[in-house]
Amino acid sequence: MDASNTITTTTGRRSGRVRHGRRVADRALRIACTGATLVGALVLGSILVMLIVQGVRGFTPTLFTNPTPGPGSEGGGIANAILGSLVLTGIGILIATPIGVMAGTYLAEYGRGSKLAALIRFLNDILLSAPSILIGLFVYTLMVRPMGTYSGWAGGVALAIIAVPVIVRTTEDMLRLVPGTLREAGAALGAPPSTVITSVTWRAASAGIVTGIILALARIAGETAPLLFTALNNNSWFSANLMGGVANLPVMIYQFALSPYPNWQGLAWAGALLITATILVLSIIARLVIKPQTSR
Amino acid sequence: MPALTESIALGRTRSATARKAPSRSLDTLFRTFSYAAALLVLLVLAGILGSILYGGWPAFREFGFGFLTSAAWNVGTEQYGALVAVLGTVASAFLALLIGVPVSLGIAVYLTQLCPGWARKPVAMTIELLAAVPSIIYGMWGLFVFAPLFARFVQIPVSNLAEGMPIVGTLFYARVPSGVGVLTAGIILAIMIVPFIASIARDMLDQIPTVLRESAYGIGCTTWEVVRHVLVPQAAVSIIGAIMLGLGRALGETMAVTFVVGNANRLSASIFDPSSTIASRIANEFNEADGLQLNALMALGCILFVITFVVLIIARLLTRRVQSA
Repeated sequence: MDASNTITTTTGRRSGRVRHGRRVADRALRIACTGATLVGALVLGSILVMLIVQGVRGFTPTLFTNPTPGPGSEGGGIANAILGSLVLTGIGILIATPIGVMAGTYLAEYGRGSKLAALIRFLNDILLSAPSILIGLFVYTLMVRPMGTYSGWAGGVALAIIAVPVIVRTTEDMLRLVPGTLREAGAALGAPPSTVITSVTWRAASAGIVTGIILALARIAGETAPLLFTALNNNSWFSANLMGGVANLPVMIYQFALSPYPNWQGLAWAGALLITATILVLSIIARLVIKPQTSR
Repeated sequence: MPALTESIALGRTRSATARKAPSRSLDTLFRTFSYAAALLVLLVLAGILGSILYGGWPAFREFGFGFLTSAAWNVGTEQYGALVAVLGTVASAFLALLIGVPVSLGIAVYLTQLCPGWARKPVAMTIELLAAVPSIIYGMWGLFVFAPLFARFVQIPVSNLAEGMPIVGTLFYARVPSGVGVLTAGIILAIMIVPFIASIARDMLDQIPTVLRESAYGIGCTTWEVVRHVLVPQAAVSIIGAIMLGLGRALGETMAVTFVVGNANRLSASIFDPSSTIASRIANEFNEADGLQLNALMALGCILFVITFVVLIIARLLTRRVQSA
């Protein structure tokens, strides 16, 4: 803004130079910003192309029917890891949904203005960005150590702890969007608070709450670090025994990608493509569900 | 109720109590359950701190303050120190910010100021989808796609050029130019934090009243001047909050870093050399560790907890203050 003052008060020659400088700075900013965006899009494109090129080769029928092969052997699939991942994320989301929705409800409906609710809201935000490996260490100490074995249950609990803050946050945000007049109308009919919440507020915010659950699902589906110390893996046997280690896609990808066997690496690529595609589809669905909610 | 006709009043109250009695206890139950669920969030955070403190305590007791300053990590002699991992964590996160912050702010400015309207949504969505890609995929991409290219086109030429030069030589000379190392980890982390910082910064820039922007354009400001004198001062605090949030993520990121950092326990001044971070070391060694090594890894977890939580708390305080203002 100093520059615009200079232009009006100085001679034409000087203002020309100033104007030139301003134009250069402006052009530089435009180019730099566009470049930054292109780099971002390029990286996403590169990752997707790499996954498709490397992963599609592994997409054979046996991928979904056979369990993971032993080290150095040929063939096999990742059926046990797919099943294990479904079971673990299922447990995680089943534990996290009621806790997350209820905690979000408390923060939005009962805890307005209370100090405790403000603290919990703050800690929930912290937990939302906490390193997931620390959650793995916590569940290891809480469950794996006392039980003496890596287990599917421990993996499910670890994933639930990661999912809860996501659900709490979206539930609270969505409930806050529900107009107060709706609640008043419910209360005026003589309904107790819990009835107003369950049959009026929740219903009005249902699309947003479901979005939160889908986002949490997308978040935990690819989590690897906490599963390393909890569910670990179960290589060659097709098993859904939750009291022992359970095979799952992220840990399988980690171990197979870093292995020296080409067959294992190929399976890791196929698994990586499968999991990334699933997560991107889930995220896009969540965005489409939430759209009418926020634009209203 | 004395004013009401008796028959009606009796009938009404009876049916009302009949309906209300169970629902009132249900009401209390509902409230209690939601309260308990909220408290659980608090308990989990306390549990995380408690469990790693408990697990790491023997290591802290054994090595004392020296745990922080020792670069040793020897399973055979049971000597453990956190220095290499802590420095690796801090260095890779710092490099990630150095690279990631300008790029994310550039994207945020592009999306709010320069991007044509029809492209705004798809571009924003593309950038945000980057945040949804699991970190293990970034690790694979980093190791199999990025690292070979980086070794061939950056590490080897730069390393050859820098060899023997005084300060630059120690900073940029790669003993084994394999493409993995602290700088590679920093670059991969930068790619991972860009979508977060960019989307928060974009939201903050969007919240700035259009009137301010338009009046600046009205007196003849260029886009650069609008960004420099209007947008940046307005959104500075929250953008710093967003950057801190990205820093928190970079510090705790595990899988992507484990793939590309090289996992060496060596103190080196060169950012091309392999090293390790706290998270990568825990991920690598935890399953094979027992005894004092396990305690030392837990103690590393404690340090990570303290570092990231301080950063995250500052980040949340900064972003929250702006949201409420």
